[in-house]
Amino acid sequence: MQPKASDSPAVKTTLIGQRVKKPDAPDKATGKTRYINDMVLPQMLIGKVLFAGRPHARIVRIDTTAAARLPGVHAVLTGADAAGLKFGFVRDNVALKDKVRCEHDEVAAVAAETEEIAGRALALIEVEYEDLPGVFTPEAGARNDAPQIHDSFPGNKSLHFEFRHGDLAAAEAASDLIVDNVFRPHHVTHCCMGTSCAIADFDHNGKLTIWTQTQYPYNYKMDLAPALGIGPGDIRVIQPPVGGAFGSKLDVYPYEPIAALLAKRTGRPVKVLYTREEEFRAAPTRQAAIIHMRTGCTRDGVLTFRSADVLLDNGAYTSWGPTIPVIMMRTTSGHYRVPVVDFQAQAIYTNNPYAGSFRGYGNVQTTWATAQQMDMLAEQVDMDPLEFHLKNAQVSGETTPQKSFLRECALVECLQTAADASDYSRKRREYAALRAAPGRYKKGIGLASSIHNAGGAKIHKSDGIGTILKVDDYARVTVITGASEIGQGIDAVITLIVAEELGVPVEHVTIVNNDSDIAPWDVGVHASRTTFIAGNGTRRAACKAKAQILAGAEKLLGEPAAGLALRGGAVVREHDGTEIIKLDRLLRQMHFQAEPELVMVTDYYEPRSEPEGARHVSDHSAAYSHAVHVAEITVDTLTGEIKVDKVTVAQDVGRVINRLGLEGQVEGGLAIGLGYALSEDMRLERGRLKNACFRDYKLITAPEMPPIDMHFIESRCAEGPYGAKGISELPTIVIAPAVANALHNATGVRIFDPPMSPEKVARAIHDQRQQAGAAAPAAQREGATA
Amino acid sequence: MMSVETEIRFKLNGREVCLKVPATMKTLAMLRERLDLTGTKYACGEGECGACTIEVDGRTINSCLMYAIDCDGRELVTIEGLRTPQGLHPVQQAFVDHGAVQCGFCMPGMIVQARYLIENNPGLTREEAQRGLEGNLCRCTGYTKVLDAVQAVAGKAGCGGHG
Repeated sequence: MQPKASDSPAVKTTLIGQRVKKPDAPDKATGKTRYINDMVLPQMLIGKVLFAGRPHARIVRIDTTAAARLPGVHAVLTGADAAGLKFGFVRDNVALKDKVRCEHDEVAAVAAETEEIAGRALALIEVEYEDLPGVFTPEAGARNDAPQIHDSFPGNKSLHFEFRHGDLAAAEAASDLIVDNVFRPHHVTHCCMGTSCAIADFDHNGKLTIWTQTQYPYNYKMDLAPALGIGPGDIRVIQPPVGGAFGSKLDVYPYEPIAALLAKRTGRPVKVLYTREEEFRAAPTRQAAIIHMRTGCTRDGVLTFRSADVLLDNGAYTSWGPTIPVIMMRTTSGHYRVPVVDFQAQAIYTNNPYAGSFRGYGNVQTTWATAQQMDMLAEQVDMDPLEFHLKNAQVSGETTPQKSFLRECALVECLQTAADASDYSRKRREYAALRAAPGRYKKGIGLASSIHNAGGAKIHKSDGIGTILKVDDYARVTVITGASEIGQGIDAVITLIVAEELGVPVEHVTIVNNDSDIAPWDVGVHASRTTFIAGNGTRRAACKAKAQILAGAEKLLGEPAAGLALRGGAVVREHDGTEIIKLDRLLRQMHFQAEPELVMVTDYYEPRSEPEGARHVSDHSAAYSHAVHVAEITVDTLTGEIKVDKVTVAQDVGRVINRLGLEGQVEGGLAIGLGYALSEDMRLERGRLKNACFRDYKLITAPEMPPIDMHFIESRCAEGPYGAKGISELPTIVIAPAVANALHNATGVRIFDPPMSPEKVARAIHDQRQQAGAAAPAAQREGATA
Repeated sequence: MMSVETEIRFKLNGREVCLKVPATMKTLAMLRERLDLTGTKYACGEGECGACTIEVDGRTINSCLMYAIDCDGRELVTIEGLRTPQGLHPVQQAFVDHGAVQCGFCMPGMIVQARYLIENNPGLTREEAQRGLEGNLCRCTGYTKVLDAVQAVAGKAGCGGHG
């Protein structure tokens, strides 16, 4: 049974903070749900893409004659068919290429009656390439004599960002201690269990219907249109259930316009579905970067400045990856009082795969650096890191140099809660003291923290949402909302909020949110925004419906609306719960009276946040939130393997809405962060991916998942729905540096380039011992030969 | 160049099935494309992720690795076969109740594997469940709620239902 807002009309209980099940879970658990990957349309053709398989080349000749002649082939397209149809953040991409700039560049595409025929057709396409010298690191791409990747971007220079606040030279001079490191966050990829898929179909009025996994359906139209040479208004976006997204579907990627171009050419629906290997090669990555960070403090542990000089590996094209400095520049100093900040970032085109957005967007990379430097400085001033964090932590009412206003800031509570629950300070001292003791296995504990936007992020002119809500004659509620469901559980949150406000069971709420011709505008699932934004939109719409219903009761029954409430499927007197009338009966009376009315309301919610502007400095989110993770680990100093024994999480969630979904988001986000920290790594050699399979690209599996001790701090955000804040990215952001700090606590070594793989950890420990110049204790030598 | 088709007969979710399949077809493709049982998912095609897990003669396998012709004479259970006349199988219900389903794409395979583990070791521990689900990848949940669900069922006597 699902929890109810109230079992009997007399008792006012609340659903807020309870455990509400996802409405789509039964169909997913029984295999009934038809994902986009499972869809078949009448007359549908299968589209397949020919990838270049080389990182940088001129296409000398392409001959599709044999492929086009193969029986069952309906269309073969090449770069000539997409010429001039540029799309992307800086219009540097096309669906089908006339020059190869990365391994997975799409050079041709086929639509055929079966996947097998499409595959055979691809093999018949003859392409003659002239390979060009490549650029595989941003440093190499920035050199004066580097090969040019795009004619229109001289010097391989893509986006540039900077933010300066205060007098850096003076702050450096005033610092007693400065840590100075280069961090190299690496390429990882989303690994959605459902591989990338799009189905496109044109009607004879020239309107495109695209079934897609997109997580931002409205701006998606605007981004897809130029890749096809049609108007955004001529695109209908349908979002069937998807097998994960995590940020990977926050942009248009070439397979989508390819499906549409094939559909246009053939006049039939065309489906493009990646194999897992194609997914590894062609799906976006997390942005790789080289972060040169310096942080200073005084002898008594007061932060003085932080500077970050960031070089981003843009890859071949510009999607959401190279725009991460928008968030990096904020989170570089966002949650500790850093009076002077100096940030700059330059993205350099390379012949590597290119990055999109990925849960934790930019802040995973930043926090990897900042949280380790906090730990280093604490050690250098000989303070317990907890004390060091507390000394510099921001509190409610402060504004960061980047103009983020911290209305309700619970960082101090998060720090104290996580440290107390894990017994952090005692364990840290004990483990550090045992570092040099004999023994192969070492225990360590590490603390890390971060800040993230938790009330949307006004990166567009609007961060709003439209909601339409209707209540029918049987008191069944339909919510038509722009909010997309990609597995994260906004469906449960919406049903919970409607049930809370209208006193109906959650099972009586239906959500329509997968068709851009029906549902109104929303920015999309990103920036930890959906519970905050769609939650507010739903609540406002439900309250409007409630007001209409109670006014109807007053008119028909003579009871003043001000004294009425909706509980247990009935209209009741607010003060004692006396039932006045069943809700469905009232709704029918309202409908079938002399002056008939239906309960159907609309709402447009725009959060009180400021657009970012050209410099990206503004109070861009309606809320900010913090999280602290404490990781406890065991390190095998012989093999370098790290086992995470336990993670303690303290996160400011504003207020718990659906506890079941919240826990699931923290656990799942943390698993992605652990994979980033420990095992996930795209092995790129001169632009070619060497591990395009789950055998060689290691996700966290069930036995590796540690127990999590979760603590939710409820700071009650004034702008959030019922006080809630957005929550889903921080769990991915904070865990990796917590493990890194634990590794240091256990062994004394630091890894700056994730993942902290056994090879790297073992080598670092080995190097440290070599440098120490001391022979390893006999017990460890025995362990090494055992 | 279509390969030769062979007639096979087997039991699928309790019913007799007879059909012709090409020699090169995998069981996963047969289920999805010939029998329209799309609950069983493709996610890697090489036995690394467990999304296509089904039961064959009482043991779980990755159906992407098994040729369809090898189903001849065997008994298959897919996710669609777990449902009982009363509704969801207790393992399915536990996954729903414990919030183990997010995007849900890996869940059919995960649930088939979880049911197999519980039926063969009704009192299995959390650690045994972790080991038993090692071959089933999930990108959404971090496995915690999956393990909660398995433990909740394992704690009860008998898990009932067919398969």
